[in-house]
Amino acid sequence: MNWSEFIHMGGYGFYVWSSYGLALLVLLLNLYLPLRRRKTVRRLLHEFLRLKEQTR
Amino acid sequence: MQYMHKYASPKFFYTLAGKLTPWMAALTTVLLVAGLYLGLFVAPADYQQGESYRIMFIHVPAAWMSMFIYVCMAGAGAIALVWNVKLFEMFAGNCAPVGASFTFLALVTGSLWGKPMWGAWWAWDARLTSELILFFLYIGYMALEASIDDPRRAARASAILALVGVVNIPVIHFSVEWWNTLHQPASVTKMGTPSIHPSMLAPLLLMSLGFTFYFFTVALMRMRNEILERERHTTWVAQLLGSKS
Repeated sequence: MNWSEFIHMGGYGFYVWSSYGLALLVLLLNLYLPLRRRKTVRRLLHEFLRLKEQTR
Repeated sequence: MQYMHKYASPKFFYTLAGKLTPWMAALTTVLLVAGLYLGLFVAPADYQQGESYRIMFIHVPAAWMSMFIYVCMAGAGAIALVWNVKLFEMFAGNCAPVGASFTFLALVTGSLWGKPMWGAWWAWDARLTSELILFFLYIGYMALEASIDDPRRAARASAILALVGVVNIPVIHFSVEWWNTLHQPASVTKMGTPSIHPSMLAPLLLMSLGFTFYFFTVALMRMRNEILERERHTTWVAQLLGSKS
């Protein structure tokens, strides 16, 4: 099997690769969201703890 | 019960989840790479569907996950309701967005397979309709949770919604038997030997396991974020952040 045949998928290339592409997108997005949230939470917590320290 | 509270203490769980996450992520990667390799390069073309059936290596695991995550969500919600364990409450809440995205993936990949095979993107068939209802249940769960400010009250209300919606799970599973559906009946979970060749079954199971561990990986990541947020008033969080800043 060569590459162009592989991409062609017996004429179903569009359907097959759209499915795999979407799956990749879903997996990456669900990974990215908690990573970004982690950054935000840590930043907000540092701020929160700093303010708490000041008002004590 | 006292053991449950020890292991379910947010501080203990935060540390445990932090240690488990990289291993879970590594296992996910191995399973998915092996599944993709076997599914795309080793498994032969189907004698009826040609190469299009390779969509099944995404579609079937995604559909299984959509139901598995829902059951996890409803089960954890029930435990949180009965024993009032915060950790299960957080787990339930963090299941919803991941479950919704797998349901979406199952629906769209089903469409992408249906178009060339059935000649239609969509049909109001019992299996497809009940899976669409599952998607709306996830959306409803998230909307309800987001509409209540107090996280604990939000978790209780949405847990009840999730428990009511659980009746949809057997409906999805048995829809292909109860009704004369366009969707084909089960070939893997059928009683006796599965009517699918090992070269096609192997990637299907590997992808399913990969998705399962992926779900646990991201669920742990999400829970760690929520624990920090909810426990911000405690000294252990202050110490944790203080030591790393």
